[in-house]
Amino acid sequence: MATTENTAENTAEVTETARGLIALPQTAARALIAVGAVATIASTFMSWTYTADFPGDLTYYGSPAGLQILDLVAGAITLLFALTLFDVRGLRWLNPAGATAPVVLAAASAFAVSWFSAIAIAVDLKGLVALDPGAYVTAIGSLIALVGTLALPSPGDTFKDWVSKPDRIPAAQKLPGWAERLVITAATAVALIVFTYGIGVDPEASETFIGYLLLVIFGTWALQAAGLFDRFATFNARHKGFATSMAFLAAAVFPFVENNEHNANLGVNILVVATVALGLNIVVGLTGLLDLGYVAFLGVGAYAAALVSGSEFSRFSGVQFPFWAAMLTGMAASLVFGVLIGAPTLRLRGDYLAIVTLGFGEIFRITVNNLDGSSGPNITNGPNGISMIPDLDIFGFNLGNSHDIGSITLGRFANYFLLMLIITGIVVIVFNRAADSRIGRSWIAIREDETAATAMGINGFRVKLIAFALGASLAGLAGTVSAHVGYSVNPAPYQFAGSVPPNSAFLLAAVVLGGMGTVNGPILGATLLYLLPEKLGFLKEYQLFAFGIALVILMRFRPEGIIANRRRQLEFHESDDSIDIPEQGLPDSTVGVTKAGA
Amino acid sequence: MTTTTATSPVLEASGVTMRFGGLTAVRSVDLTVNSGEIVGLIGPNGAGKTTFFNCLTGLYVPTEGKVSYKGTVLPPKPHLVTSAGIARTFQNIRLFANMTVLENVLVGRHTRTKEGLWSALLRGPGFRKAEAASRERAMELLEFIGLAHKADHLSRNLPYGEQRKLEIARAMASEPGLLLLDEPTAGMNPQETRATEDLVFAIRDRGIAVLVIEHDMRFIFNLSDRVACLVQGEKLVEGTSEVVQGDERVIAAYLGTPFEGAPGAEELAEVEAAEAAEATGTPETAEAPEATETPEAAETPEAAESDAAAEGTTSKEGNAQ
Repeated sequence: MATTENTAENTAEVTETARGLIALPQTAARALIAVGAVATIASTFMSWTYTADFPGDLTYYGSPAGLQILDLVAGAITLLFALTLFDVRGLRWLNPAGATAPVVLAAASAFAVSWFSAIAIAVDLKGLVALDPGAYVTAIGSLIALVGTLALPSPGDTFKDWVSKPDRIPAAQKLPGWAERLVITAATAVALIVFTYGIGVDPEASETFIGYLLLVIFGTWALQAAGLFDRFATFNARHKGFATSMAFLAAAVFPFVENNEHNANLGVNILVVATVALGLNIVVGLTGLLDLGYVAFLGVGAYAAALVSGSEFSRFSGVQFPFWAAMLTGMAASLVFGVLIGAPTLRLRGDYLAIVTLGFGEIFRITVNNLDGSSGPNITNGPNGISMIPDLDIFGFNLGNSHDIGSITLGRFANYFLLMLIITGIVVIVFNRAADSRIGRSWIAIREDETAATAMGINGFRVKLIAFALGASLAGLAGTVSAHVGYSVNPAPYQFAGSVPPNSAFLLAAVVLGGMGTVNGPILGATLLYLLPEKLGFLKEYQLFAFGIALVILMRFRPEGIIANRRRQLEFHESDDSIDIPEQGLPDSTVGVTKAGA
Repeated sequence: MTTTTATSPVLEASGVTMRFGGLTAVRSVDLTVNSGEIVGLIGPNGAGKTTFFNCLTGLYVPTEGKVSYKGTVLPPKPHLVTSAGIARTFQNIRLFANMTVLENVLVGRHTRTKEGLWSALLRGPGFRKAEAASRERAMELLEFIGLAHKADHLSRNLPYGEQRKLEIARAMASEPGLLLLDEPTAGMNPQETRATEDLVFAIRDRGIAVLVIEHDMRFIFNLSDRVACLVQGEKLVEGTSEVVQGDERVIAAYLGTPFEGAPGAEELAEVEAAEAAEATGTPETAEAPEATETPEAAETPEAAESDAAAEGTTSKEGNAQ
């Protein structure tokens, strides 16, 4: 340990002497950044443009709005990181390595938001004349800050060195347990605020949402480069139960904070998609079976629930199951279909399995389309689907009605959001428990090397079928709720690829983007994939195109997904307490490659 | 695992034949492994050793013949073979690379535990007990092979030799009565090979019979109670180390037979001189300049290996090809 500290100091000295890209004294560089950041912050209290035509109404002095709030946050982050370079007491934790990269990224976030705003105003309102002094101040201020960061000690020769986490980050002092819990709570609260702000952006104000995205991307990048995410992950691992319950608590608070039916509806849909993605994660992420027709199981669950919902368009309109029976019906139907489809197909491996599941997914949609009374027996009412599905009634609590809790009114979608949250919680527990058991290990073993797994005594077919059936029934469970939330079911959304989620490609992308084999990954992936098209309305018919581009970029630069499976690395660190483990990053990224190739 | 007398057979393979289309990779091989025995299986590259292993462990369904373990005929399904009590390692290491060392061994415990999905989801006391027992047993095995301190490392990050050891531990986790090792010392340095030798003896002392494929002749003849030599899918000879080492056909298989046509006069003179110097034996050493000792001595790993390496270039009768 002593030697590592020494080396850390040595490297610190080396970087101290290393010159930045711009020859300026260090004090001047730091001062530039701080001044730039302060100017950026100040500018958000000024008017940026003369007219309220630009989304967010940036015309007032003294009260930031829309993009200005985002810029204010970006400026504040830059200032904070700049202060860490001055060795301000109490801020050391923010940038434990005193590294350059986080400061650069923080300044970049302010720069990106400021310049994006200024350019957007100029373009939207046809000309630089539309810019008020505030816009100039913010543009110049953020530029100064960014230029200042370039004069900081150079972390390396390549561009990558400037924007990535330094190799060595001194270990932070140990915090007492309650303090770690406090950090987790605070971080969860911040995450809730960030998420609520994002979901609350007016769909018309795409500019604001892009600014939000820029801030979130560069901001999280800066925090990651400072090594704070790693620290947070350690805390999380140490207080796993607490962290999980905090996350769920925050999610449960969401409908109370964001008291708006449209956004609550968004929340429900995100949860449905996230839950289904988690189910798919068992099949794809843990067991390594590429299932391209997974959305069919969501459809089976939704249709099963619709048929027994008592809707007058249902073939069995006289039948109305109570909610728990409807859910079990949906799950059971999906389970049966999962076994029926899995039993013949799971003897195949790799690409063959993918093609066959793709076929089965399409067969489901086409069959449902044709069971309309003319092409076949009338069961599903064909392309018209089953509409007017009544709301769920849970022990006399009708989810369709608004309910007052204290002074807050929970609307229909907020009710469903809370119900769906419970289901998501159940699915998370199922995922975690299944993954960390004999059966979960055999899934992973099959993903890693099926031949070796069978030679170790694992009945590959049986174990894969269990994964397939479990994944299917979880999708069916989510499907039952989605049928009730959406009032109706019809075959259209249950296709392989389409612009409207859910579809199989979307779910798969949520899993892969988020990070395979993790719990948070698919949830984050589903959230992003659902929210982005919703808020970036201007993309319109280019949505799928943008989706494809985003996938290509992410797979190129982060093949392991946004949240890599870091559990193992953590165990790694805690077990031997030294740093003689070769290349942290390399195995991680190759993991992603192999997984992505699977 | 069992404490039977040395004569009770653990594995009986009779008339095992494996054809791939027109190619007969293994032809009517009989092999018996008794409890408490270490049996070696040697043969040149492509002789069908690994194919034979695959037939034993159910990865291949033999075209003819049957394999029985402690008197019961084995079904040709790998997981059933493993649960019956035969475990194996692979020639090219096949660990679960992205699982930890401990998890790898726990996967090996699969057949000796029964907890299914429901008990995993409900986490009853039975599940916890079984998990704890499995972990304890796995740690014990890691202790045995000397990897306990690396239990939480990813198996992909282990050095080569330790990966081989881990594969053995993983196989032993299924509590086998017979362990099949496919080239356990391939790519190891002499010290590691000696350590592996000790490990195999220790495994045998635990009551597990071992059948081992190897190219390292010193290793195999030190280790094995009996050695069988497989050439072109057929068992040439089986017996103690001395018997196999002295067998002309084995030597021919490894080193080739002399040209029918006359070799160069110079070479002939050389060989004759060597023959005159030493006792009797077949003049197989013409191609290996450093191996001018007796054919017996030519069986040492250096010579055998150099010949195996030079196999491609020496293409004489092409016996080994």
